[in-house]
Amino acid sequence: MQFSGLYKVLILTASNSIGIVSAKRAKFDTPLVFRSGAVLPRYELVYETCGTLNADKSNAILICHALSGHHHVAGYYADDPKNIGWWDNMIGPGKPVDTDKFFVVSLNNLGGCHGSTGPSSINPETGQPYGSGFPVITVDDWLASQARLADLLGIRQFAAVIGGSLGGMQALQWSLSFPGRVRHVLAIASAPHLTAQNIAFNDVARSAILGDPDFHGGDFYRHNVVPARGLRLARMLGHITYLSDDVMADKFGRELRSGKFSYGYDIEFEIESYLRYQGDKFASYFDANTYLLMTKALDYFDPAHDFGGDLNRAFARAKADFLVISFTTDWRFSPERSREIVRPLLHNRRNVSYAEITSTHGHDSFLMEHPHYFDVMRAYLDNVASEFVK
Amino acid sequence: MSPNDITKLAVTRPDFAAIAAWIPKGASVLDLGCGDGSLLRYLKETREVRGYGVEISDLDIVSCIANGVNVIQNDLESGLSDFEDNSFDYVMLSQTLQATRHTEPLIREMLRVGREGIVSFPNFGYWKNRLSVLLGNMPVSRELPYQWYDTPNVHLCTLHDFETFCRDLNVTVLARRVMTGEREVGLLPNLLGSTAVYRFQRGI
Repeated sequence: MQFSGLYKVLILTASNSIGIVSAKRAKFDTPLVFRSGAVLPRYELVYETCGTLNADKSNAILICHALSGHHHVAGYYADDPKNIGWWDNMIGPGKPVDTDKFFVVSLNNLGGCHGSTGPSSINPETGQPYGSGFPVITVDDWLASQARLADLLGIRQFAAVIGGSLGGMQALQWSLSFPGRVRHVLAIASAPHLTAQNIAFNDVARSAILGDPDFHGGDFYRHNVVPARGLRLARMLGHITYLSDDVMADKFGRELRSGKFSYGYDIEFEIESYLRYQGDKFASYFDANTYLLMTKALDYFDPAHDFGGDLNRAFARAKADFLVISFTTDWRFSPERSREIVRPLLHNRRNVSYAEITSTHGHDSFLMEHPHYFDVMRAYLDNVASEFVK
Repeated sequence: MSPNDITKLAVTRPDFAAIAAWIPKGASVLDLGCGDGSLLRYLKETREVRGYGVEISDLDIVSCIANGVNVIQNDLESGLSDFEDNSFDYVMLSQTLQATRHTEPLIREMLRVGREGIVSFPNFGYWKNRLSVLLGNMPVSRELPYQWYDTPNVHLCTLHDFETFCRDLNVTVLARRVMTGEREVGLLPNLLGSTAVYRFQRGI
């Protein structure tokens, strides 16, 4: 056991891990007024940092997470060395998001289920979990809470805000909600709003959860059950849309687990086994209410909404420089969606570069180590780093 | 880029200096097929231009970003639909014209997006090229560094050809510079010049 622990540490050192990190907790007592009008009187955000904040606090990078992400982006915990951050390939010493140069801040978004105040947290007013009482949240609301965290850390302006997918939407929103507080926005595999097809996928996922008898209108905690069947279905559907047809064919094809048809409804094909495994794993730790909140935040995100649907006008406020990245086989957030981000930036004469990465892994590509993708990120972030004194 | 680098670039790419001479300080430019972003960087540092490059090659995208220039990854052949009408002072196509498949629509697109267009291309009418063909071989030179079987150049032309093409397209040539190496060519340009640079606009 000890040997395997040491081995892990050696591996991590060899792959330039930031090493041991620990989660911190910030408490906020100023009420947060949501876009919906709901008010959260107080809340907590769990976050992590890696790297060192420089003297004038100009080297901070904020990482925004996607639907199922959280604050643990890089490194591992002293008491749990197997728990490696979800973006550890991207963030660390000598990696594209170089922690020798940058001070990296990452948090679990409000409404999440990894430590920040969310539906499964205890509402101090009732002594019960918030459950169905947790307000529906939007990207704007997250931004307000993220800005308060930045205030707490003394960061007036981020060198960059980076995110993939729903995280990319938050990164884009930073340039609109707080134009003076972000110098660079890196929006990866993202979109300026969801398409009808994308909202439809989310609705099917939500229907699976809402229709699970164990959901109890969102207050399943007090019944000591979780709507695991619904959550599992939601994740299985999501997973299909994050992969490409090619990568599924490549990874699973028509492989049968037992090598022959059994003419029944048990798991036969490898893809079924994989999806069910992913669904079960997800349902064992993720909160169903958080899943609902995250998909609604995705659906509502639309910076053009307040500007008569005109993205050009929406982005007129932006002052940041932008890097937009898409992946060729991503059909959930296709390259065309990224080009929709690029166009209003060109219209407003913002500095923007756009790279379309040839990758087979679909939407999940943004989490994968891909040499060209990483070269683009590294080249861009090297320039960002050259703008401040270390 | 140090002043030394800029001088070096002006020597290795004489068309850069010719293009820069036409571009007023602070102009907005779009560089189509911008390669590693050298021209944009050169213009940024010598003429303080604002602008973007368009490039399809993965490797060049990384180089452009490293060169500190904006680059949009796209295939020129699929048009310039990301760019609005009259959104740039100059749209440039440096040493790329001869490698474009849909040359005519691309020139039209350049003049939709830009007030003026600038192209540079190797002159197939240059005497050394003519001599090669006369002696029975496709020319291979500094300007045309490919063998016939691996060349990306599908639309080579002479100065005469290009000017006829402009007339047919109702495009007005505003200026022309013809060079061989760094030397400006005045006499018999279609015979003695190896590279041509044209500045043009929509005809009235």
